[in-house]
Amino acid sequence: MTAKEICSHRLTIVTGHYGTGKTEFSVNLALALADEGEQVMMADLDIVNPYFRSRERKALLEDAGIRLICSSQACSDADVPALPAEVLTILENRDVRGVLDIGGDPVGARVLARFRPKILQEDHQLVYVLNANRPEVREPENAIAYLRAIEATTGLTCGGIVNNTHLCGETTEHEIRKGADLAERVSEETGIPVLCHVAEERFADHLRDLREPVFPITIKMKKPWEL
Amino acid sequence: MEKELWKGNEAIAEAAIRAGCDCFFGYPITPQSEVPEYMSAHLPKAGGVFVQSESEVAAINMVYGAAGAGMRAMTSSSSPGISLKQEGISYIAGAELPCVIVNCMRGGPGLGTIQPGQGDYYQATRGGGNGDYRTLVLSPSNVQEAVDYVQEAFDIADQYRNPVMVVMDGLIGQMMEPIEWHEVPKRDLAPKDWATTGRKDRDHNNIINSLYMDPEECDRHNDHLAEKYAAMEKNEVRWSETDCDDAEVVITAYGTPARIALTAIETLRSEGLKVGLFRPITLWPFPEEALRKLAKSDHVKAFVDVEMSSTGQMIDDVRLAVEGRKPVHYLGHAGGVMPTVEEMVEAAKKALKEVK
Repeated sequence: MTAKEICSHRLTIVTGHYGTGKTEFSVNLALALADEGEQVMMADLDIVNPYFRSRERKALLEDAGIRLICSSQACSDADVPALPAEVLTILENRDVRGVLDIGGDPVGARVLARFRPKILQEDHQLVYVLNANRPEVREPENAIAYLRAIEATTGLTCGGIVNNTHLCGETTEHEIRKGADLAERVSEETGIPVLCHVAEERFADHLRDLREPVFPITIKMKKPWEL
Repeated sequence: MEKELWKGNEAIAEAAIRAGCDCFFGYPITPQSEVPEYMSAHLPKAGGVFVQSESEVAAINMVYGAAGAGMRAMTSSSSPGISLKQEGISYIAGAELPCVIVNCMRGGPGLGTIQPGQGDYYQATRGGGNGDYRTLVLSPSNVQEAVDYVQEAFDIADQYRNPVMVVMDGLIGQMMEPIEWHEVPKRDLAPKDWATTGRKDRDHNNIINSLYMDPEECDRHNDHLAEKYAAMEKNEVRWSETDCDDAEVVITAYGTPARIALTAIETLRSEGLKVGLFRPITLWPFPEEALRKLAKSDHVKAFVDVEMSSTGQMIDDVRLAVEGRKPVHYLGHAGGVMPTVEEMVEAAKKALKEVK
């Protein structure tokens, strides 16, 4: 299944509890869409985390022809919750596919509320990223509470769940399957479909039996000791 | 037990709660704000007290008060905020009170940058406050160690009635890593019969103070403190060595640079070059004897000290331990720029070439 089919709306808005791997998924999604020939723009709207933001991969994205919108260059390492006006170009330019990487938690998702009227006019999907190894969202009821809080803050309705269960370098197939179970339970409770299971390419072939498609990724948000 | 994925700062806060932290006083500053944020949500539920103070100065003085009343007290901040706490730390050390202080270091001097740094080594090991005092300083190099050391720090602080600092570069506070919650060794601790909890049926008042009007009494007090510091130097020194047994070049580093060094060493070893890592875990007391032993060995030809600091700070302790026996080179960056694997490989090769 192509990335375009998995995230089939013009705008994909990526939210979730922090640490679930939203940025890794967003960067890989933008690259995959670009690879499929789409004109892609990505917005780093993370006002919560000071480190490990998609803007750190600006050069990589630009090399793939993806325009990254983030806070002004001079402030890219500052913890100033200011949003660039260019975000509107993603929302208004219907020729581009947009990936919006939102900071963690309802607090981080608050930035979206300002754009709600515009987003509602567009073909969009709010995506909720789940990681069953994050203690605060590993139980379905907690995961759903977070999801509802994000919806309440943003005024948007979640349209899809992405299982991105991992343990950094210690991820195994078992972890991803554990996440698939959690995603399924959240999906059953809420009626929100599971869009895909994110897995590093090395696991992708072993997970073909999962009901939903596997979205293969390569790790882009590397730590300084990872070559 | 199954591993869980935690953000460093949240994990530190949870670790403190599990270690029986009664009181947390703090003030937000990047990159450590998740510690007070997590504490505000979870410490009261565990029966503790959380106060967001009006400043870092207030926070450390609240720690002073709570510790004096026998509570397990903690504060955390990042570099400029830790500077503000220095007066309080000196008072707490002078009054012989236990507490835990976490410094999630960013670049300096002044406001510097919010990106990770290690420029507070002098401040942590030499003390930014006045007088002859020491703080025991633990330095984790990953989230699991941060969790383990924070829990242990409370026991160490209680045992010596002295502040214990856990210092780490901002990266460790901000990153996500799998960790395991396991039992950390508990120490046999004396009851806090010195705490100011009301006179009750005692025959004397407990008084918390760092003021001595009589010079001889103050001298004796300092001698007593010095004995405590000597005991810490004897009992609490920690370090780790990787591939040092046959190493010709030894990299000295702590925190994240030590972790980067492990990858550099793998690369160097795969090319047949004998390079090892010496990582101090306690920055004070510094593992001087262990490093001196390496400096005295025939196989070690040179040292390369690596820090997230422009001039190097730990390098002073490395030189004091090496005592001029072998050359000590330096590689470092400040401002949140991290030394890379490639730079370490190159620095080790250069050091090796010079002595061959």
